[in-house]
Amino acid sequence: MNRLEPKHPRAVRWMHWVNAPVLGVMIWSGLLIYWANDVFAVRAGGVTLFHFFPGWFYRALGLEHGLAAGMAYHFAFMWLFAVNGSLYVLYTLISGEWRHLLPNRHTPREAWQVVLHDLKLRKGPLPRGKFNGAQRLAYTGVILMGAGSLLTGLAIYKPTQLAWLTSLLGGYAWARGEHFALTVGYVLFFVIHVAQVMRAGWNNFRAMVTGYELVPVEEQGHA
Amino acid sequence: MPDPKAAPPLTGSAAEGEMRRLTRRSFATGAVAALAGLGGWRWLTAGAALEDGLPWPLRRVLRFNQRLAEGYSSPRRLAPSFPADSVQGPARTNGLVGLSGEVKASAWELRVRHEGRRAEQVVSLRAVQALPRTDLVTELKCVEGWSQVMHFGGVRFRDFVTRFGLATRSGRAPDPETNPQDLYRYVYLATPDEGYYVGLDMASALHPQTLLCDALNGQRLTRQHGAPLRLYLAVKYGYKSLKRIGLIRFQDQRPSDYWAARGYDWYAGL
Repeated sequence: MNRLEPKHPRAVRWMHWVNAPVLGVMIWSGLLIYWANDVFAVRAGGVTLFHFFPGWFYRALGLEHGLAAGMAYHFAFMWLFAVNGSLYVLYTLISGEWRHLLPNRHTPREAWQVVLHDLKLRKGPLPRGKFNGAQRLAYTGVILMGAGSLLTGLAIYKPTQLAWLTSLLGGYAWARGEHFALTVGYVLFFVIHVAQVMRAGWNNFRAMVTGYELVPVEEQGHA
Repeated sequence: MPDPKAAPPLTGSAAEGEMRRLTRRSFATGAVAALAGLGGWRWLTAGAALEDGLPWPLRRVLRFNQRLAEGYSSPRRLAPSFPADSVQGPARTNGLVGLSGEVKASAWELRVRHEGRRAEQVVSLRAVQALPRTDLVTELKCVEGWSQVMHFGGVRFRDFVTRFGLATRSGRAPDPETNPQDLYRYVYLATPDEGYYVGLDMASALHPQTLLCDALNGQRLTRQHGAPLRLYLAVKYGYKSLKRIGLIRFQDQRPSDYWAARGYDWYAGL
């Protein structure tokens, strides 16, 4: 028998689903900007292992010759990204949701158990709770990345007016690299996030839309 | 945290039924929101009228960003400067619009106009060069995303307008703090053929790191870098640093700008 349990508050669901396309527009417009000076690569010992990005990548996604539009979209949608993200942080602080999200003293051990479990190296049930240790690290980490994107973004947006910030981040070229690296981080987060959601199944996904989850009654008291 | 006053959670078939109802409702709401978002996006990217190459709502936001930046910016906020020996390699060039043909520095003159005034002033290159010299080693930022430390030599634009009684209605020295009304709001600068032109807000033009330059990295300017006299602003992307200045006009109407007409931000403030 199942029991109906509230999981994600309405505000969190809305902000999550607003963030998804807004971050998508930020990455797309960011790529339009990056194309005009695509200097980053993974290098080892003078050998380029991977260049961000090969020509076919820009061509396939229509990212060429879009610097002007890219900047305009980036500097418009940045407001939605910043406001939505700030509201989320504010909401989690005021509502107490942060208790489920911030890492605590059990988190490192638990996160390690989750990794072993997911790699099928460990049997046995995972610790119960709204978010496990791995999730706490991932969801707190991605919020810190968001804050990092805002700061590195400001540093390259206003490197004269906010020269102190740009200098703090290692200068203009470094801040640009950090801003780019964070974007690569979002893409990695997205890949793992979607894979994990698919693995976790319909009940879990549905909770991010409806706010509720069906929980087997037997586990009552362990949640 | 469970609310002690809340009704006990539903179980069994009541829970399943309620879940179905919630699912229908939430997914319907989600679908409507997604369609609305998609419609808004299609309108923005393909429906909204273009203003200088950009959908007009984006232009609005860029203007809003500009007002915000102008409220925060101050002539005391300076771009970091570097020691002169941190200049590395030859200075990069980008854009040769308006620079065709050779120029003769010896007979070079700037034409200066003020909106609403018939008379045109002519200032010789030699008169500009007689002003107190300033050296500036800062990092030029190109809108494309690259940056390079460059060493510009010349005179402050503010010293230039002060010396020749320009930029103000009264002809007195500019005084943006106590007498901003005396200043024209904008400056328009162009190559002699007006093939390339930029518009600047007065605060950026009078910024202490805005120079009229005749030297770059210790050498006299080359044609590619804007000989015989060019502009350099530390508070803007490179596309505002006009090369080969032939015409300067002070006005109250926002001037046109070569790249702003092609979809870029008019303000371009850093």
